[in-house]
Order: sequence, then structure tokens, then C-alpha cells
Amino acid sequence: MPHRTFLWFILPSLMAMFLFIALPIGSVLVQSLHVEHEQVLIESETCGPFGCTPSVSIDQAATRALREARPLGRFNGLRTYTDRNHLATTEVALAWQEAESWPAFASRLMNLPFYKALAFTLSYTFIVTPLVILTGMAVALGVNGLPQLMKGATIFVSLLPMIVTPLVGSLILFWMIDADGILGATLQRLTGDPNLSLKASPVLTWLTLFVYGIWHSAPFAFIVFYAGLQTVPAETMEAAQIDGATRWQRLRYVVIPHMAPLVVFVVLIQLMDNFRVFEAIVGLSAAANASSLSILIYSDLRGDVAQFGSAAATSMLTIIGVAILLTPVLIRTWRDFNRKRV
Amino acid sequence: MSSVANRRSTPLIILSSAFVILWLIIAAFPFLWTLWGSFKVQGDFFSRADWMNALWGTRTVVETGAAFTGNGYYGAFVEEGFGHAAMNTLIVVFFTVIISLTLGTLGGYALARSGYRYAFWLLMLALVFRAMPHITLVSGYLLPFFEWNLWGHKTTAVIVLVAINQPFTLWMLHSFFLNIPKDLDESAMVDGCTRFQAFRHVIIPVMWPGVVTTGLFSFLLAYNDFAVTAMLLNQDNQTMVPQIANFLGSTFEEGNVMFAVAAVVSATAPLFLLIIFFQRQIVSGLTAGAVKG
Repeated sequence: MPHRTFLWFILPSLMAMFLFIALPIGSVLVQSLHVEHEQVLIESETCGPFGCTPSVSIDQAATRALREARPLGRFNGLRTYTDRNHLATTEVALAWQEAESWPAFASRLMNLPFYKALAFTLSYTFIVTPLVILTGMAVALGVNGLPQLMKGATIFVSLLPMIVTPLVGSLILFWMIDADGILGATLQRLTGDPNLSLKASPVLTWLTLFVYGIWHSAPFAFIVFYAGLQTVPAETMEAAQIDGATRWQRLRYVVIPHMAPLVVFVVLIQLMDNFRVFEAIVGLSAAANASSLSILIYSDLRGDVAQFGSAAATSMLTIIGVAILLTPVLIRTWRDFNRKRV
Repeated sequence: MSSVANRRSTPLIILSSAFVILWLIIAAFPFLWTLWGSFKVQGDFFSRADWMNALWGTRTVVETGAAFTGNGYYGAFVEEGFGHAAMNTLIVVFFTVIISLTLGTLGGYALARSGYRYAFWLLMLALVFRAMPHITLVSGYLLPFFEWNLWGHKTTAVIVLVAINQPFTLWMLHSFFLNIPKDLDESAMVDGCTRFQAFRHVIIPVMWPGVVTTGLFSFLLAYNDFAVTAMLLNQDNQTMVPQIANFLGSTFEEGNVMFAVAAVVSATAPLFLLIIFFQRQIVSGLTAGAVKG
């Protein structure tokens, strides 16, 4: 296709992505370097019979005027990035000097909002993703062995957790694990602990979120793997059988290698989606015990006074995180692409 | 494959069937439970005494005189105006899907037929864009939108959702167009069509299965979105999902939780219908990217 025609075809789509994905990233970068104006102060002296005392008051009108004239705020350089709510360089350095052991250092890091969110986001990403793969694979193998008649209904039911709105799905779970809800009450009865609450302790909240994540994403892995199972070459399977391979060996040496590209695909999508874990935390009202990078941005923007600078700095750090996450994939694709051209 | 050698041992059949049944219960039970519970009063759905109350509706009978009550739905739709939010969702989602597909088919077709190196790089760029957490983009929009008075309108939300949808739409349609033989439009061009005429008269008539599937996923993305709609729409233009989140802020009053439960069930019903009618397309869409790419 000539370059010109190509350009005309792709232009609307490219414009949309440029204006609303590329430019906002630029806007985030600019905003992260600025911080809200300080209040304009007026110094005045109030003089009384016992001499004069200087007093400082806030000039509301001037502050508002300044904020309206330059909504971006004043230039702050990289200071937002290094403050306590983001990379907290001074606090980390201090903790490094003072902490005697690794656990002590880690627990001090966990008191800093950014590191706490980063820890949860990374744990969520790297715990949920492999478990989703395993669950999806197990369900796919199980469903593949079912009689044809039941497969359609099984797939229908399996699609539900994936297709439901994430906020709604997590709310449903939230109500069920309530101390008066069916799961919460049953757990209390089973453990014999009437005060057990999945919402109170950080560890249990994290576990609940992981379980939700697996419930929500396993169907995606299942469907992809199930489709892959339908394309396993029958000849190879028969050949393996004739050579005396057991069921397990056939699974290990024929089916799994055949599925490898699909696993890579699911891992890629899951890493991207799990890294932005957000709605589940809102739905489960878990932000106090388990905040993620997205939640930090959300609460900065949602506060009584939106803190654009702070939200933007966290956004930039998140984007850097996404870039690091994707680098291996991009390098791999680049190699494949070059190999194909040669 | 039904040879003797392939027949599975009984324990294996039992084990794998049990596992699948367990999975089905885990997948479906929360929905059934919530659907059933939405017709009860709060005292039953969150029963302090015994969870069986939710099944028989003990408190519901005491409070309303019948085992089922529509109070939650009445509260959500009549008192809280959830219908208005549903209408907003319909408008936003409809236009997002239509515009996404229009832009996406043109772009996806071009990417599938280009063959130059830059088409590959555009796809890679789209992949990177797809990975961007939506909330980071929202934090980029918010300040400019406030300044230019674009904040709060449905149109803004539609345009933003279209843009966020584009990377995914391009990928999916690109892989569908790769499956349509090149000879089809090329022979039309040999016969004297321009590229656009070939697209218009030859490709459009055969592209519908791919477009429908992609449309389903665009629909899901727009319908399920929380980050964009919660942050960019004002109270009057609020769609269903942020509205449900708002209900939770006002759940201190007895019974209001049931408004949220009813709203959740109402918001899930369309998705349920979607799977019933389009299960095959959804499955083929999920696998389209994987099996080919």
C-alpha cells in the first residue's frame, strides 16, 4: 500500500491515539514538575498599647487570582518525585542508615505510601499472573475431557467472572465476605473465631484481592488455552502414544510445548492488566490495607483539593514501571521481527 | 479420539469432573446468590442470625409480608434515579462503540495491508499504549479539561473512551483483516478500483464477523470502565458504574445497601444477555489475537 493511502486510512485512529494517549503522557510529565501555588501571605503589623506585633494572614483574593491565572502551579523541578509521598529519598536514606536488618528496613519502607503501593502492585502482578495461568490450564484440561454436550454450558458459566464489570464483581465478593454475608459468616463459623474479618487485617485483605484477581482473570486464560487444546496435532499425539508415552508424558512433551506461545500471550496481557489493579480495591474498600499505584493517583485526584502535581508524579513513575515491564516483550518481538525479515 | 488407549482411567475422570464442577460453582455462585438476595431485605442478605435466612427470606416476610420484595429495585430506580444513569451508559457506550469501530476498521485495514516496517512499529506502539493504566491518562486530562471547560460532558467521555479503545481495536481488527485474502481487494484494484473503493465495495461486505466481535469487546471496555467515567463525568451525566460506587457512600442508612445490590444486578443483566447471544463471537475474539499473533 502506498504511504499516502496508508496515511489517510490510519490518520483518524492515529490522531485519536496521539491526542488522548500520547499528549496526556506529556501533560502528566509537565504537571509532575509543577506544584500548587503557595498561599499568598500578607505581612502586617498590628500595633497596640504594648508595641507592635507582626502578623501574617492569607490573602484569599490574591491566592485565588494567582491560581486562576496560572492553574498549572509553580515550577517545582523534581522535588515532587523525591518528597515523602513518592520516592521519599531522604526517608529511604535514613531508614537505610538506621535499620539493622533487612526486615526492619522493609517494614520502614512499608510505612511510605509509594513503596507500600508498589509492594502491593508488584505482589499482585507476580502472584496472580502465574496462578491465573495454572487455574486456566487446569480448567481447560478438565473441560476438554467433558462430553461435547456439556461444553457450551460450561464455557457460558466460565465467561461470567471475566465479563462482569470489575467494580461490580468485586462488590459482589465484598458483600459475600462481609461478617454478616454468607462467606464471611461461614468462615467465622468454620474457624470458630467470631471476630474474624477478611477486611480488617492487611494479610487477609491481600489474600482476598489475590483470590478476586484469580477468579476474575482465570476464565480468560481458560478460553485461550481451551482453544489451543483443540489445535494440538492429532498425529503427534498418536505418534507419542505409539512410542509408549504415558498420559502425563504426552501432556508434558506434546501439549505444553504446543501451548507455549499461548502462555506467553496470556502472561503478557495479564501482566499489563494486573499491573493496573484498581477497581477491585475500590470495590472491596481495601485502600487502607492494600493500595496500588493506580489507587494513589485516584485518591490524589479525588481528594477535597485535587493534587495534580502529586498524581502526575505517581503517574510518571507508574508509566516507567509499565515501560520496564514491557521491555523484555518488546526486545523479544524486535528479535523475532528481524529474524523474519532475514 | 475414542480408542481404547485413549480412554481415561476412572479416578482421573472423577477427579477432573470434580474440579470442573468446583470451578463452575466458584464462577457462578456469587452471581446466583446476589441475584436471589437482591429480592430480599438487608436483614436477610446480610443476616446476623443465619445465612439460611437469605434463602427463605425470614426477615423479608416479617418486614414486607412476602418472601420476595422489589424494594431494592424501587429504591435504586425511582428514588436514586438509576434509570437516568443507565440511559447515560447507553448513550456513552453506543457512540464509543460506533466511533471506535469506524476508526478501527480503517486503521486496522491499513495496518494489515501495508507491509512496511512502520506498520509493525505502529502496532508495537499501540501495544505500549494498551498497557498504560487508564488512571494515569486521566490524571493527564483532568487539569486541561477543567481549564478548557471540557470536563463533565458525555462527548468528552466518549472521545476519551474511543481513544483508549483504539490500540486494542486496531490490534484485533488488524488480525481479522489479515485473514481476509489479499487477492480479494487487489483484484478489485486491478479492475480499476481505487484503494478506498476496493475497501468500500469488496472488503466491507465480508468484514462483519470480525467487526461484530471487535465491537463486543469495545462495548465491554466502555461499559465496564470506571476510571474514566468516574473522573470525567459530572453528576448529571454519571453512568452506571460510578453511580454504583456512589451508592456505597450513602449506605449507612438501613436498606440502602440493597439499592446498590439491585443496581449491581441490573448492571450485570445486559452482560449476561450479551454472553447468551454472542458466546461464540466472544470466544473467537479472545482467541483471535492469541492463536495468530
